[in-house]
Amino acid sequence: MKIINMGMNHETAPVELRECLATEPDNTARALAAMRDMECIREGLFLSTCNRVETLFVTENESEAKHSVLQLFSRLGRMPEERFSSSLYTFEDMEAVRHVFRVASSLDSMVVGEPQILGQIKEAYAEATRQKTSGVILNRLMHRAFHVAKRVRTETDICETAVSVSYAAVELAKKIFYPLEGKKVMLVGAGEMAELAARHLISHGVGSMVVANRTFERAVEVAEGFSARPVAFEEVGAQLLEVDIVIASTASPGYVITQPQVKKCLRKRRNRPLFFIDIAVPRDVEPAVNDLGNVYVYDIDDLKGVVQLNRVQRQQEAVKAERIVQEEVAKFDRWLKTLDVVPTIVSLRDKAESIIEAELRKSRSALGRMGPEERMAVRTLTRSVAEKLLNDPIVFLKRMAGRKTLDTYLDVTRKLFNLDENSNDEE
Amino acid sequence: MILMWSDLTLFLLLVASGGFIVYIIKQEKWIFRWSYWILIAAFLCHTIFLGYRYYLTGAAPVLTLKSALSFFSWCIVCAYLILQLRFRLMVLGSFVAPFAAFLMIVSTAMSRVETPVRPIFKSLWLTAHVGTIFMGNALFAIAFLAAIMYLIQERNIKQKKLGSFYARLPSLATLDSINHYCLLYGFPLLTAGMITGSIYAQYVLGTYWQWDPKEVWSLITWLFYAALLHERLTVGWRGRRAALMSIVCFTILIFTFVGASLWMGGYHSFNTMGAKAVQ
Repeated sequence: MKIINMGMNHETAPVELRECLATEPDNTARALAAMRDMECIREGLFLSTCNRVETLFVTENESEAKHSVLQLFSRLGRMPEERFSSSLYTFEDMEAVRHVFRVASSLDSMVVGEPQILGQIKEAYAEATRQKTSGVILNRLMHRAFHVAKRVRTETDICETAVSVSYAAVELAKKIFYPLEGKKVMLVGAGEMAELAARHLISHGVGSMVVANRTFERAVEVAEGFSARPVAFEEVGAQLLEVDIVIASTASPGYVITQPQVKKCLRKRRNRPLFFIDIAVPRDVEPAVNDLGNVYVYDIDDLKGVVQLNRVQRQQEAVKAERIVQEEVAKFDRWLKTLDVVPTIVSLRDKAESIIEAELRKSRSALGRMGPEERMAVRTLTRSVAEKLLNDPIVFLKRMAGRKTLDTYLDVTRKLFNLDENSNDEE
Repeated sequence: MILMWSDLTLFLLLVASGGFIVYIIKQEKWIFRWSYWILIAAFLCHTIFLGYRYYLTGAAPVLTLKSALSFFSWCIVCAYLILQLRFRLMVLGSFVAPFAAFLMIVSTAMSRVETPVRPIFKSLWLTAHVGTIFMGNALFAIAFLAAIMYLIQERNIKQKKLGSFYARLPSLATLDSINHYCLLYGFPLLTAGMITGSIYAQYVLGTYWQWDPKEVWSLITWLFYAALLHERLTVGWRGRRAALMSIVCFTILIFTFVGASLWMGGYHSFNTMGAKAVQ
């Protein structure tokens, strides 16, 4: 049995490639359904955020499972395998566990320490449990991942000093506009990160804000939260004359803001600078807009560059966080290895239980004369004798878990207690 | 005695420039504070030097290239100190101080020719003419430096390569508005300088305008700056294009200042100022 993690993130794949896999909103459900139907995959999980697309699965048949997942990616992205196979990374067993822990605690994020990834993973896991693709191992693994994330957050300063992408965007805005007082922001589309960026901008003194959304009701709803003004989606072009900063994060598959559209309004704007923060995947702002004078476009990959500036300060905290991850990986490894011991322990306990039941049955007449309290006492007594007796061998076996000689000990135990004979008899 | 003040000025300017350069690398505020006060000390020394000379000769210190450069250096530092009050832009000093120091070095390196000053130069009109023109030029020089900073910063942001300059340079809006203000105040000073100059010419030469090479080139410079200011105020030019244009304008200005005075003859030439004085 193997735990395998395959996927691509902001470091291995450019945004153009990631957006191919993220176009359809119900991709996660479709991927999980497909994985559930695969014979070779025992448990599966699919994570798709704007910075990464990953699968995590447990399999007995490694090569077949990998192959099926590749096919799944190619189907979801509607592209041949050669196009993305070089951007794909594969982690196995403890490496995979380590990777999941790192992702959950935001150490692998574009913006190290940003808090959104944990929620996204929790959502992916919830989806996997809804689709019933998660089993013993993934359940345990994901819960440990949440635990690691919590530890990293409370025991290191990585999240406090962390600059989220939105914060980085604000820093950039300051380098273009400073001071931000009196500047106008437009939020196109909604989303956690976009709203966070908007909130940051407002706290840095941005004057006013308008909100546009495909569904006007949603625009009204978001606008209320910021005491901003909602506008119709069709007005976005006209608003470009007024605003200074545009945060775009729609789920639209095509460009929402195009180069001719922006070019048209520049002269009317008297060349006042215009800053587009495009955190949508697929992108909302046509990249050629950046070629226009006094217009600056940063997509999510570009923001990565900004964020790296602060990386050095966080290096130390990162070392601490990595140590926590390492500890937890070792713990998980130990747990996973006890899984080999589990069947033997279960049969040991079963055997003891059946002996107790059989002996109690034999002494039924003698016990019958006792009162219910005494009868309970006898039961408890026999149980605890059996338990005490089995405790040492069980602890010993657990301690042996993960050692090369484990198989010998399991074999001896089964013979010593005649466990296999017993099950044969029952059959 | 008087030369001591000039040498002290150069020394302090060099120390301040060194400090400002260390400041832009290390980004420590106390280095800026020290450099700033040293620059102010240099400015005061320079003021004493120029004032004393003015007291001795009775004419504006622009009769040789040597003294003109020294005066220009003083004007730039003066303009910077005034702008510093308005913008509080520490990094600008890292560009201005070395520039002023460079002018002082060139000035000091030139050989000193002591010639008696002709009486026609001992005029308040000349002082007004030279004072306004030089202050205007100093503002244009700072506009030029801000334009260079703008281009570096804009390149950083546009190409998304946020190198070490990115964090150290101020925002595009600030740089653009420095450029804007320098232009807005520099241009009237240049205009006033040209008007007082022609009045002075009428006063000593009997004509307002006589197609002297420097006059012509000043007019060309003036037209270029007028065009830039016009585009800025009416069409709304700003940013990269305005920065490039102010670099072009300043190049022409430098040519007018140095080239036209040295090689083209005419009564503005430093050669004739000295030579005629001897006659």
